Amino acid sequence: MESLKTELKNKIIEVLNLEEVTVNDIDDNEALFGDGLGLDSIDALELIVLMDKDYGIKLTDPKQGKEIFQSIETMATYISENRKK
Amino acid sequence: MAKRIAITGMGIVSAIGNSVVENWETLSQGGNTITRIKNLNTIHHDSLKFGEIKTTNEEFVKLLDLPEDNSFCRSALLGMYALNEVVLSVNIQDINDVRTGLISATTVGGMDMTEKYFHSYEENVAARKHIAGHEAGDVTNKMADYIGLKGFVTTISTACSSAANAILLGAKMIETGQLDRVIVGGTDALCKFTINGFKTLMILTDEENAPFDDNRKGLNLGEAAAYLMLESDEVVKRENRKVLAYVSGYGNANDAFHQTASSENGEGAYLAMHKALESAGLSPSDIDYVNVHGTATPNNDLSEGIAMQRIFGDNVPVFSSTKPFTGHTLAAAAAVEAVYSVLAIQNEVVYPNKNFKTPMKEFNLIPQTELLKKKLNHVLSNSFGFGGNCSTVIFSKNA
Amino acid sequence: MKKCYINGLSSISHQNSLESEFLVEVTPLTNETVFKAIQPSYKDIISPAAGRRMAKGVKMGMYTALKSLEEAKVENPDSIIVGTGLGCMEDSEKFLHAIIDNNEQYLTPTSFIQSTHNTVGGQIALALKCKGPNFTYVNGGVSFESGLIDGKMQIDLEESNTVLVGSVDEIAKQTSYLYQLADLVKKEEEQPIDILTSKTKGIIYGEGAQFFVLESEKKNSCYAVLEKVSIINTLEPNEVNQYLEQFLKSAGITKEEIDLVILGIDGDVNFKEMYEGPQALFNQTPQAYYKHLTGGYHTASAFGFWMANNILKRQILPEATQLNKLTKKGYQKVLLYNQYRGKDHSFILLSKC
Repeated sequence: MESLKTELKNKIIEVLNLEEVTVNDIDDNEALFGDGLGLDSIDALELIVLMDKDYGIKLTDPKQGKEIFQSIETMATYISENRKK
Repeated sequence: MAKRIAITGMGIVSAIGNSVVENWETLSQGGNTITRIKNLNTIHHDSLKFGEIKTTNEEFVKLLDLPEDNSFCRSALLGMYALNEVVLSVNIQDINDVRTGLISATTVGGMDMTEKYFHSYEENVAARKHIAGHEAGDVTNKMADYIGLKGFVTTISTACSSAANAILLGAKMIETGQLDRVIVGGTDALCKFTINGFKTLMILTDEENAPFDDNRKGLNLGEAAAYLMLESDEVVKRENRKVLAYVSGYGNANDAFHQTASSENGEGAYLAMHKALESAGLSPSDIDYVNVHGTATPNNDLSEGIAMQRIFGDNVPVFSSTKPFTGHTLAAAAAVEAVYSVLAIQNEVVYPNKNFKTPMKEFNLIPQTELLKKKLNHVLSNSFGFGGNCSTVIFSKNA
Repeated sequence: MKKCYINGLSSISHQNSLESEFLVEVTPLTNETVFKAIQPSYKDIISPAAGRRMAKGVKMGMYTALKSLEEAKVENPDSIIVGTGLGCMEDSEKFLHAIIDNNEQYLTPTSFIQSTHNTVGGQIALALKCKGPNFTYVNGGVSFESGLIDGKMQIDLEESNTVLVGSVDEIAKQTSYLYQLADLVKKEEEQPIDILTSKTKGIIYGEGAQFFVLESEKKNSCYAVLEKVSIINTLEPNEVNQYLEQFLKSAGITKEEIDLVILGIDGDVNFKEMYEGPQALFNQTPQAYYKHLTGGYHTASAFGFWMANNILKRQILPEATQLNKLTKKGYQKVLLYNQYRGKDHSFILLSKC
């Protein structure tokens, strides 16, 4: 799980073009949306594509993202349980 | 706004008809017009439905008497086809006999050709004629050339409110005496760029759009071109024109909330409607019918509904969205709905909001679901776009 | 009817138009055919959260919009108007490449959203929380002038007291290449290029952003008064002077009162004839040009407008811009004429504050 979490942090920084942020800046349990990292609804859509492309997980309803993308921890847990790649 | 601006001609091509009459027939008689796509080769052809115009580019070229070897993109062909109807309907001998203009709206421009040839232009020398055709302005310029118009020509692109803004600008230019005649409207063809773009936003439904329904899943994209001719009182009098209706008010405002989503309290929509009413010198209770933007996305209908409640209080007028007929035609939408608003006034009819079953939880707003006979003096039409761009136009029966 | 004052402006272009002395040190475009703009540091003006999504064009637009408002000491304009010939091409290309390369799969929304023509206008509104009217014009060589007409109308009608008007166009890689294929931009092999004598088709390609603050009240920072703007979609070369004379007549000005004519000569051999009429008509008047400094892209005329404003304020005609080597002691009235590929003709009259 640790390596998956680090991998996720790197991917998020790259895909969302978070130029000023490093892997160490992102806490596993920190809120990704709203406060915390401050991502928004467009970022959520980007993450949905990431899940599909890199892990084979298809989310059809954008609202599902709310639960899954709460933090790196919740993302990593969901991916490890549902990944097809 | 001191005076009302006369609408003296209309032209339209959409999924529900290749003329004003054909569109009217489908609106009043019904029809299954949201379909699987035929003219475009996309991997989504099985999973999505569209308000597609079935006439092919080649067929339009023949109908418009254009040379086979041409550089017209589909948006230009649709635009020219609708413009042709406008000009013919008003029986003008010389389009430039007064100070004339064309204000057109588009988001797609020539993207349909660009996406087709993007990687093959190097080898495909014959296709290079389409390179300049990508530009939004080139589409409008070609359209002006087609009807021989010489004058004030420009293009507006503010996403889904574009054509409303074209109507707004045109009305202003007549009102301030800068133009005597102006053709206003918009054109957008279906293309993979748009289809895939909207797909990434997850606001497309895989069924048929159901505006203001609690279980709505999103929009169907469509394509169309629609134009109105606006003329000054002097020209109307001199030419003894039959006036179809009037542009009596308009308003544009920005939500300034998010790039693509509308604010929860519908601020931009509220401001646009408020400004339009103010400019028309009308109060909310004067409005007989609202043709809503009603795209059936979770976000728009909620935001628009709340804004309507803020404007109309407990007395929201009878309202419906015509997007279950045509799909969402993007930059052309406001012009399509302008034509429908004028037809509604002329025929004293409110269109049904198809596919509606369950009222939204958030409020008690039920759209008109059956065709309704009603005398209409004032119709309010909303169009809201990305970038928070919100526009409202009011159409009136009398001067 | 209120007068229309230009109280603030800002420019990003291939020339150092941001900070240095007004066009004293210039780098004319002669040895290439595609010229990128000098990018300022955006860190102070645009937050990383917003900037991470912005392509070059949006950043240029945001920067010059905010800088021009700063100069005019305006926190929030009443309305925002943007002109662009091609819109946000970098993101358009990105999304298009993704569609083609991935066969319409695994596509992400950011570049699509950023590619819409009115992104610059929308982003400025978001940054300023400006809820006023917001228009974007996309008609080739008159994209900027359409915005000026709209903005001036709002001031004239007293609908707005402060209007932010500007334009942006950015060079994108594939479009640049395709434009060379289509003879819209000169090919690399054609250098060195002097746009005054060039015998080849196409323009030198460039990019930039310029924004202006139009107001009904004159401020200390005032550059000029916008007297009149007119556009027409098509003219034959032998009709340009006739239209020009009508334009001046309707502005109540004689041609003798014009102190400087700025022409959008762009080196495209197919359309140089368009400028010959005005050049002859005003052969006793100082004439200037600017597309050898910026390129001839759709909204390059906004640079010409920026130049005219500076000339009227500073009362200097930079040597690098002089076309016929005539100069005057003082400049009161400046006339601008531009066109793009035989279409999109524009006429602007500016006067000293």
